[in-house]
Amino acid sequence: MQENRKYRYFAAFLVLGVCAVVCYILNICIGTVRIGLLELAGTLSGQGGDETAMRILLDIRLPRATAVFILGGALALAGYLLQTFFNNPIAGPFVLGISSGAKMVVALVMVFFLGRSVRVTSIDMILAAFVGAMISMGFVLLVSRRIRSMSMLVVSGVMIGYICSAVTELVVTFAEDADIVNLHNWSMGSFSGTTWENVRVMAAVVFVTALIVFLLSKPLGAYMMGEAYAQNVGVNLRLLRVGIVLLSSILSACIVAFAGPISFVGIATPHLVKKLLGTAAPIWMIPACFLGGSVFCLFCDLLCRMLLAPTELSISTVTAIFGAPVVLWVMVKRKKGG
Amino acid sequence: MKNFYFSTEKMCVGYQKPLIKEIEIGLPRGEILCLIGPNGAGKSTVLKSIAGQLRLQGGAVYLEDAVLSEMKREDLARRMSVLFTEKLRSEMQTCRDVVATGRYPYTGWFGVLSKADWAIVDEAMGLVHVTEISGQDFSRISDGQRQRVMLARAICQEPEIIILDEPTSYLDMRHKLEFMAVLQELKEKKGLTVIMSLHELELAKLVADRILCLKGEYVARYGKPEEIFVPGFLEELFDITEESFGANPRLLAYIRQIGSLT
Repeated sequence: MQENRKYRYFAAFLVLGVCAVVCYILNICIGTVRIGLLELAGTLSGQGGDETAMRILLDIRLPRATAVFILGGALALAGYLLQTFFNNPIAGPFVLGISSGAKMVVALVMVFFLGRSVRVTSIDMILAAFVGAMISMGFVLLVSRRIRSMSMLVVSGVMIGYICSAVTELVVTFAEDADIVNLHNWSMGSFSGTTWENVRVMAAVVFVTALIVFLLSKPLGAYMMGEAYAQNVGVNLRLLRVGIVLLSSILSACIVAFAGPISFVGIATPHLVKKLLGTAAPIWMIPACFLGGSVFCLFCDLLCRMLLAPTELSISTVTAIFGAPVVLWVMVKRKKGG
Repeated sequence: MKNFYFSTEKMCVGYQKPLIKEIEIGLPRGEILCLIGPNGAGKSTVLKSIAGQLRLQGGAVYLEDAVLSEMKREDLARRMSVLFTEKLRSEMQTCRDVVATGRYPYTGWFGVLSKADWAIVDEAMGLVHVTEISGQDFSRISDGQRQRVMLARAICQEPEIIILDEPTSYLDMRHKLEFMAVLQELKEKKGLTVIMSLHELELAKLVADRILCLKGEYVARYGKPEEIFVPGFLEELFDITEESFGANPRLLAYIRQIGSLT
């Protein structure tokens, strides 16, 4: 039995890995300018080739695809942490209003700085988003202390999201014309316009955070069984809770800072990955979730660039189409199980 | 104090405000303590306080010479295990997986079990007779089976003392007796100290070395079974009066029969 499981984990990771590589390559090759595999290999190994193709590849598609890979993973991991924390299968950074909170503060900061023509760096953006994420998280935690019901928690998260979005809209309305275009694109959720500088910062933040999450897989596994039992086996509950809140907020903040709020990836991916793995053990789930989120986002970003090319759809449009049914399926299944 | 393995000193328990005051327990190693009392008397509250899941309202709990609240988590986890009425959440875990979670305090950073750990897991499962369901999904077994799997989990934590909150509630007669037999076996072989709440007075009478009777603001009585099972006391503890059961003398006779040790 133990052996069978190992094969299944191995197979699952193989599937996810292959999907990630294939999606990544497709993302690089497909677009208004098609780049063949041979050309790709040629360009990457530095044997020249078409100058325009090379610029498109190096300056636009590679950083974008890399960002999608990193942020998609971060998104799924944030969702997984929140689901574990609230013991709520439909929790995620988007539905709990955490993304919207981050968006609000980022919008405020952007308008404030741009109005004074100060350049906003990636790190400023992450910090602003983190502050916003923590504000929303604070509200959600306050509510969750009073309300034990799963669905009410999500409803209150959605409300918080609406309030934050309303404030953001207000800010955007009063912003300068030139900024609005930028702000608007970003606040709908999009990976376009990612630079290598962005990628470096997000890679540093996300990989370090993800590594810490992975190192917490043992106490997380105990926490999943229930607080009383986790405490009995020696888990420092308070420290772990603070850790989960901070880590999930950092991850959510990073996504919002670079790509805006993206819906449903955070909720749906952990469930799909869990089905694939056949276990909920964090030590397998954490890396698999990351990969799964990457695949999900790469696939969706590909579609949102391709479907109405040369116009781009907002990424949330596509993720919702694939993610929302998963959420519905999870809820229906839970009802059946009692 | 130091003569006992487990003791409490003026322990006061409750949520926010004191519910039961000045609880004094002294329990030698390898003895079984049963908590009895009417519904809502605070049996679970006392157990949660002892296990450190509820902040004490006053006093202290000792494990040998150490104050329990000052012990390191890891040390305490290797000495004390619990089985509460709170459900253990599991997702896609077999019974063996659930039992294995009891090894948590002994595994390394990533919680990977060694061969020796798994041997202890399997031994614990054999002891409570759940080996045959070890591969089944924990969320799809009966309440009785679940309770025994949980006991196996608590046992494989290799504790010196085990805290159980109404562990026999879901079990049928045979499994109740088996459950008690396992506890007694562990007590005799490994010197396990047991603290548990029980609704079944007959079982308490059968296995307890000491009994703590809870009712109202203070401990109603603490002592050996022969001090508890004396005529008249149980009726008093559970408010069973001639008036309330006068129409049904057989029920009254039943509690009187339990109340006498012979």
